[in-house]
Amino acid sequence: MNNLFLMTAAAGAQQGGSVLAVILVCAVVTFLTRAIPFLIFGNRELPGVVQYLGDALPPAIMVILVLYFLKDTQFTVAPYGVKEVLACIFVILIHARKKNMYLSVISGTLLYMLLLHI
Amino acid sequence: MNEIKYAAKISFPILCAYVFLGIAYGVMMTSAGYSPLWSILSSIVIYAGSGQILMVSLLKAGTPLLSVAVMTFFINARHLFYGLGMIERYRTMGWRYPYMVFSMTDETYSILCSVEHPAGINRVRADFLIALFDHSYWILGSAIGSIAGTLFAENLSGIEFSATAFFLVVVVDQWRKFPSRIPVMTGILSAVVFYFLLGPDQMLIPALSASLVVLVILRDRVQYQLKKRQDEIYRTHREVSHE
Repeated sequence: MNNLFLMTAAAGAQQGGSVLAVILVCAVVTFLTRAIPFLIFGNRELPGVVQYLGDALPPAIMVILVLYFLKDTQFTVAPYGVKEVLACIFVILIHARKKNMYLSVISGTLLYMLLLHI
Repeated sequence: MNEIKYAAKISFPILCAYVFLGIAYGVMMTSAGYSPLWSILSSIVIYAGSGQILMVSLLKAGTPLLSVAVMTFFINARHLFYGLGMIERYRTMGWRYPYMVFSMTDETYSILCSVEHPAGINRVRADFLIALFDHSYWILGSAIGSIAGTLFAENLSGIEFSATAFFLVVVVDQWRKFPSRIPVMTGILSAVVFYFLLGPDQMLIPALSASLVVLVILRDRVQYQLKKRQDEIYRTHREVSHE
């Protein structure tokens, strides 16, 4: 514990300025990625195609994000992502039946944690 | 008061996801030798899960600032696509507008996309409070993780699945409600194609761009389906009110 504290203090003293610089650069760039569409279209009448994309793109984005979150699952080596797939199927089925977001998220996560500990 | 309770209830799944992802981030920062104050500050001003986790390795490697900027841009470039759907909704929010843009994470974006506020809830206040609550969950998780996370992190492995579960729930809801199957199928197809073409780490932006292009090409068809559903809803409303 003492060691950890010394390490932290040393890293802090040695690179305090550069840590702050990295954090600020990340903050500015991250904000920029969120702000660019608003900077481009923020004050004008939206072109029809942008309005349309605002409606049609979200379902595509969501499903891509689900697959992206599963990307680190190793499907080619044992246990072939069985735990992830089982937990996902469980979430889909229970949500299709019960339509309760909290129940689906909590029970799906508990199931996945349980599967990991087996 | 009404909106506060409502926002707390709606954002509850994000509470689970963010507190635990925040803990994971805080543990990473502390075990890499950085003070909890840095973890907390970064979660306040950056507020991006995958971006901050990337930042830990960039910090450790002593990466030059320009490379930090470029890599952060690419890992967060998906946000470019989210804004397209939020412009009209956010720009009418007055002093809250800049904060709404700043706090547009994957999770906040998808909650706001999928939820329909009930009557009696002020839309602007509710949107803002949901965004603010999500942000505080993330800061809270980072604080817990960076200060005390090593004590219990091992017992909680797998809890990060709550983010995946949340997005699955949103997809199931949209599958049920959205009048056209084309957007979801486009998303699945482009994700799978680029997963195999470019590998898991490079798939995201190409898949999002491909979906955008395909949806623009299929615009007439999708808009026809959206409009057909609107007409149906309008007709049922009229029939109901005639009875």
